[in-house]
Order: sequence, then structure tokens, then C-alpha cells
Amino acid sequence: MKIRAILLNLAVALIALVVLFPLVWMVSVSFMATGEAAVFPPPLLPSHWTLEHYRDLFLNQGMGRYLWNSFALATLATILALSFTVPAGYAFAKLKFAGRERLFQFLVAALVVPAQIGTLPLFLMLKGMGLVNTYAGALVPWLASIFGLFLVRQYALSIPDEMLEAARIDGASEGQIFRRIVLPTLQPIIVTLGLFVFLGSWNDFLWPLIILTDQSNYTLPVALAALSREHVQDIELMMAGAVVTVAPVLILFLALQRYYIRGMLAGSVKG
Amino acid sequence: MTVVDPTLARVKPSRGRAARERAAWAFVAPAMIAIGLFFALPVIAALLLSLTDFDIYALANLDNLRFVGLQNYERLMTNPLFWGAMKNTLTFAVLGVPLSIAASLAAAVILNARVVKWRPIWRVMFFAPYVTTLVATAVVWRYLLHTRYGVINWGLESIGLPAVDWLGDPSTSIPAILMFVVWKIFGYNMLIFLAVLQTVPDDLYEAARIDGAGPWKQFRHVTLPAIAPTMLLVSIISVASFFQLFAEPYVMTQGGPAQSTVTVLYFMYEEGFKWWNLGSASAVAFVLFLCILAITLVQLAVAKRVGAYQ
Repeated sequence: MKIRAILLNLAVALIALVVLFPLVWMVSVSFMATGEAAVFPPPLLPSHWTLEHYRDLFLNQGMGRYLWNSFALATLATILALSFTVPAGYAFAKLKFAGRERLFQFLVAALVVPAQIGTLPLFLMLKGMGLVNTYAGALVPWLASIFGLFLVRQYALSIPDEMLEAARIDGASEGQIFRRIVLPTLQPIIVTLGLFVFLGSWNDFLWPLIILTDQSNYTLPVALAALSREHVQDIELMMAGAVVTVAPVLILFLALQRYYIRGMLAGSVKG
Repeated sequence: MTVVDPTLARVKPSRGRAARERAAWAFVAPAMIAIGLFFALPVIAALLLSLTDFDIYALANLDNLRFVGLQNYERLMTNPLFWGAMKNTLTFAVLGVPLSIAASLAAAVILNARVVKWRPIWRVMFFAPYVTTLVATAVVWRYLLHTRYGVINWGLESIGLPAVDWLGDPSTSIPAILMFVVWKIFGYNMLIFLAVLQTVPDDLYEAARIDGAGPWKQFRHVTLPAIAPTMLLVSIISVASFFQLFAEPYVMTQGGPAQSTVTVLYFMYEEGFKWWNLGSASAVAFVLFLCILAITLVQLAVAKRVGAYQ
């Protein structure tokens, strides 16, 4: 029994090493002097720590601008996605209206279709509307989140009908019920969905790559991909760029991981 | 006094119902319009677009647009680059799905053992790579896999193995990218497996132990039957996600070396946004969709047979 415990803890430590090493190495190399990481054997810690790459990124490479774009787009995407999907998810769960079942079936069927299929026509559509290379164009796909709608609906199903009925008898309007009763009850799933959208928008690559054509509008992943093609040899600079890109979402996830994991399991285990 | 005005009784709830119906539509309409306009319409338009020769000339002037029927599809079927992309994507899926699931399952089984300390911390830590920005960690892994200065080759050489030109050799480029992908995503399915494992009652393991079953037999006869339905579904869902690899080859290899990591989605991107053959690229998108749809149908059929999904 003792041996088994030691072996299992050892295995966990080994996995932890494999999982953490790339991230720790990224941070370590980002503080090395130029060229220090390009030797064999690869050094694990900087011989002396320097901030030169972070300075270079923000002063010369426009990293501040990309950071702002990523932050603004992720924030706007979160606000927009929530304000579109939360009321709809609640209505699908708790309000009866003509055509509800049929619409719902349509949405279930639509889940099968990967969003990438419509990428090309959507691009042409937005081009026609003059939205290529704008924040609005980058935000459009986040308005149409079927997954988010389902997540909210699933959670809203657990709101007791008696609670809503009681409020109706007291003369509350549907809007008041939504604001005063439904929204507070849905708070955990709103945090979860908001987190999903924020991280999703921050990490998204293909759509911003297509729609944000001008460098000044690049988000961090798009900018980093472009930078990494230009600066293949500059390991230390690229690692600093990776740190700036990853750190905000990693910290946000760690702070709110309960919400994230609970929502993820609700969405996938229960179907 | 007990007589209720019949008209009042009838009107009041029906007026309430009408108000509720109106409210429901107000709640649903914005999302439905957005989904219709920015999801359903583009998907339908993609089908139409794939039947035209929409290219850079049509982009400049729509008069140059012609309906060409299934010509785009026919041309794809005879395009070796497209078949290469299909083959690469299949290789990614066939190798990546079992590999990532084995990693997830192993980690879940280990973390499910009570003797492991600080389990909640490990759980979050192992999941963390999943939420990192793909492009950024792909850049990191490109250097970890570097032929001369990479940590992975350093590890190989220090145990006496020869260095490998991971991303520069067509025969190792897919396994190299898969190492990164498995590192990044295994935590996701690990959490799902863990959630299922925690529903297996301890009594079952206890009974198996009393019957003299060792760890392997316990895994084989208690754990595996409990997670089999989940595993089947997770594996089929994973196939769909492996079919949509794009950023990994874009950042790590740019499709190379010798086109060995061009995936279907990468091919679509280049066809559409590098060469502006939007008609042909839409056809690629639809072939991709049909592949994923076929897998999903298999998924539903299997799920129905297993009866695990409610």
C-alpha cells in the first residue's frame, strides 16, 4: 500500500513537471538576454534577469496596442454575448411562446454545423457592410452563440415556476421578473458564460486573422503569429510576447476556475 | 359574492399569456436574428458560393461571377494538395484521438486515487494548458522542439538518443505537433473522466479487492465499464476537434515541411484568403462539414446503442 502511494504521487509529480515546464520555461527565457537561450544545452534560468524584451515589445513592436485590442474585443464580446444569449436562454427554458419547440430543434441541429463553414460568406457579407478591419466585424460571431444559449437554458430550467408565478400574481411585468428574479438566480452561469466568452475571444485566432487586416487592429494572437514569422531567431523576444498573451487569461482562469470547471462539466457531461 | 365575473376570469389570464408571449419574443428575438444573420445565412451562402467560381476577379466586380455547378468539387477530387490535406488531417485524428484520450484517462485514474495528495490543486494545474492562448503556447513549443537548442532534444541526447529534426522532417512533423496538442488539451477530457470516475462507488473497488483483483484487474473490470460510454463519446467528439486543426500548423510549421502538416482547414484558409478562390474554398469547407457530420452521425448512432446519453 505504501509503495502504491509513493508511485502514484511520483506519477503526479511527473505529469506536473511535463505540464508546467513549458510555461515556466517560457517565463524564464523571456527574462534572458538576447541570444542566451540559443545555445546547447539550453539554459533553464537567465544568468542575469533583464526586462529588455518586454521594453522592446511595448516600445517598438506595438504590444500595448495589441494588448488593448485583445482586452477591448474580449470585454465587448463578453458584454454582447451575454446580453444576447442570457434573455434568450431564459425564455427557451421558462416562457412559452409559439414556435418554441421548432426553433429549439433548429438550434439543436445547428450545433452540428461547425462555424468555420460560414467563414467565407460571412467575410464577404461584412465586406459588403464595410465592417472588414473593424472591431464590429471581429465581434459579430460572438453574437450568435448557440452553445451559450444552451448553457443558460440548461441552468434556467432549475428556476422554480412557482417563484415566477408568484411574482406575476404580485403584478410584476416580465421585464421586472427578468431583472429582479431571473438575473440574480442565473448569476453563477452568467459568470461562467462570461468567462468562456472572454477567454474564447482572447484566444481566438482564425476569425481575427481573417477580419482584422490592418496591423493596428491586430489582437495578441494574430500579432504574435505575425511577429513569430518575422523574428524566428529571437527566442527571448517571442517568449516575452507569449507571456504577455497568456498571462492575463491564465490569471483570470485561476481566479475563477470554480465557475469555469463547473460550467464545462455541466455542458459536456450532462449533454 | 362568490360569483366571479366570467368575462374577467377569461380575459385576465389570456391577457397575461399574450404579454408573456410578447416578452418571450423580445427576449429571444435578438439572439435569433443574430444566429440567423451571422450563422445560418452564411452557412447556406457557403453552399451556394461553393457552386460558383467566386475568385479575386469576382471580388473586384460581381459581373465576373459564374455558376459552375459541381466543378469546384470535381477539381478538388483531382487536386493532390487537397488529398494531401485530407490525409494529413486523418493522420492527426487517427494518432491524436487515442493518444490524447489515453493521456486524459491515465491522468484521471491517477488523480482519482485517494492516496494522491493535494488533488484539487493538480486538477486545476493539469487543466491550465487548455485555457492558454493556442498561438502563444504553439510558439513556445516550436522552441521546445527546436533541433539544436530545444529542451526535448537535449533530453533525448542526455539519455543517449539521437537528436530529432522534429518540425523540419516530414516524417516527424505530425507527431511533433501532436505532442503539443496533447499537452494542451488532455486536461479537458481528464476533468470529464474524473467527474465520471467520482460517481463509481468505492464499494465496487472494495469488493474487487476482496475478490483478489489487482490494480489492473480493478481498472479492467470496475473502472473501464463505468467510463466506457463516456470514453466512446469523448473519442468521437475529439475526432471532430482534430478535424479542425488550423492554428497549430499555421504557427509551428506553416504547413511544411513538404506540405506534411497542411490540414483541411489550413488548406481552406490558403485557398480562400491567400489565393482568394472563395468558391473553391467554400467547397473545401463543405467537404470538411460532411466529414464532421458523418462522424457526428456515427456518434449519435453509437450513443443511441449504448444508451448512455439521456
